[in-house]
Amino acid sequence: MTMTAHDVNRRGSVRDPKRDLTEPAPVRWLLTAVSLSFLGLFIVLPLAAVFSQALEKGTALYWEALREQDALDAIRLTLWTAAVSVPLNMIFGLAAAWAVTKFRFRGKNLLITLIDLPFSVSPVISGLIFVLLFGLQGWMGEWLDASGIRIIFAVPGIVLATVFVTFPFVARQLIPLMEAQGRDEEEAALVLGAGGLQTFLKVTLPNVRWALLYGVILCNARAMGEFGAVSVVSGHIRGATNTIPLHVEILYNEYNFTAAFAVASLLALLALVTLALKSFFEWKLREQLLRGNSEAHP
Amino acid sequence: MTRTRRRHHVLPGFGPTLGYTLFYLSLIVLIPLAALVFHTSGMTWGEFASSVTSPRVAASYRVTFGSALAAALINAVFGTLTAWVLVRYRFPGKRVVDALVDLPFALPTAVVGITLATVYSANGWMGSLLEPRGIRVAFTQAGIVIAMTVIGLPFVVRTLQPVIEDIERETEEAALCLGADRWQTIRHVLLPVMIPSILTGFALAFARAVGEYGSIIFIAGNMPMVSEITSLLIITKLEQYDYRGATAIALVMLIASFVLLLAINVLQRWSRRLAEA
Repeated sequence: MTMTAHDVNRRGSVRDPKRDLTEPAPVRWLLTAVSLSFLGLFIVLPLAAVFSQALEKGTALYWEALREQDALDAIRLTLWTAAVSVPLNMIFGLAAAWAVTKFRFRGKNLLITLIDLPFSVSPVISGLIFVLLFGLQGWMGEWLDASGIRIIFAVPGIVLATVFVTFPFVARQLIPLMEAQGRDEEEAALVLGAGGLQTFLKVTLPNVRWALLYGVILCNARAMGEFGAVSVVSGHIRGATNTIPLHVEILYNEYNFTAAFAVASLLALLALVTLALKSFFEWKLREQLLRGNSEAHP
Repeated sequence: MTRTRRRHHVLPGFGPTLGYTLFYLSLIVLIPLAALVFHTSGMTWGEFASSVTSPRVAASYRVTFGSALAAALINAVFGTLTAWVLVRYRFPGKRVVDALVDLPFALPTAVVGITLATVYSANGWMGSLLEPRGIRVAFTQAGIVIAMTVIGLPFVVRTLQPVIEDIERETEEAALCLGADRWQTIRHVLLPVMIPSILTGFALAFARAVGEYGSIIFIAGNMPMVSEITSLLIITKLEQYDYRGATAIALVMLIASFVLLLAINVLQRWSRRLAEA
């Protein structure tokens, strides 16, 4: 389930010199070509198309689309949403991972399943549940309306839907790693006289930092890119409740393709940066696990 | 001190962290999901049944589940191949290709949607090649299948990769020594180990495709009875203020995804047992 140094060694030595243990060369070339064509058609081609379409009419129009007031408002709202939802889910992820991995209690597996639940709820339903709670016809609709609090078709609804869809990201990265690391180091720190918070900050946090960053970066990518759930609760009010993905949709539906792809290219760049950072954190995590293993067995 | 001893916990913080976890989980996930279930409890069984089985809704299930099945099958075949190639073969740029497999996880669905719609439109890169040959992708079910294939692509590859890495080369050597040729080794030794993970990846891709919205609506054409997916129908009902209709369909889809989640858990337990054996 979790990565061990054993796996890492194996990852390094993917090629076996013994010829009989692999397919004949023409078969290898054919399989590689088919698989690369598949990835090219379904991943590289769309990615290239985003940038090609965005820059089709020149860089002047590209920059203009990004500097337009509605685009700037959308960027600001997206940054806001991520700035609220990512830290919330990070704190939750740390608390949940601590409770689940450092202690034994009944119903633990059920709790882990429930934490993962938002991943299996479709985006549209993720938005719908908040409309049912806070919308005008919802449970709290009348009361909210009377108190003048707006959640649906307003920023709080967008943040709530985003928090819901990105809920498990940090927790699910931390739980397997902290489970594998066990309790020994924390217990040693306590025996040596460290306080609980000190132990967490000085022992646990450094041990999980790469997995934590990995979870945070994925959480952030989803928070900034979520479309379905946010679309249901947003109301698409320009300059007020439009996030970047919703702005892309509006521009596209207005046949303003160049501007739509210009704004979309920002999200594509975010995706590429996310992938690069993700690979880097994965590499660091593997390195840390290897080192931990060699320290334990010198 | 007495408290920790009573609970046999050496480490501190059990109460606060578990308490916060349960509080936050209830607030963000459990109570909102419960709202969906209770919202439909106001309907009679007959109302519920007729609103989730009306012809337009039934057609949307066919389009959604049918396309998701096709996309997951494509991913099962090519994902298995890709995982094999990425683990066993060496070629230039392999690390970049490996990282790119995760792109559908990182690229927002709306971006995937407008891009595919443009690429497969009549004068797009792919559309201009396909349409003169009489193959229409944009605004048909084929477009839905393509969008679902893209967003489900990483699942089979990522589920299978660690399993292939873990296959002991000794097993293959043993098969070779016993006189099996390469094809027999693949069929009788390698494939049985890989099947549970392929099925897990298939189920994950299928589940993701069934709930997908953003990448599909731009390319689908969204014609009722023909190319309208269930997620879009929920939104259409919401926009018409038919909250009950929307909620009833959403509940059906939610139950479907929980059944899939259960199936995935069973499959994962199966592949773990196989890995330990």
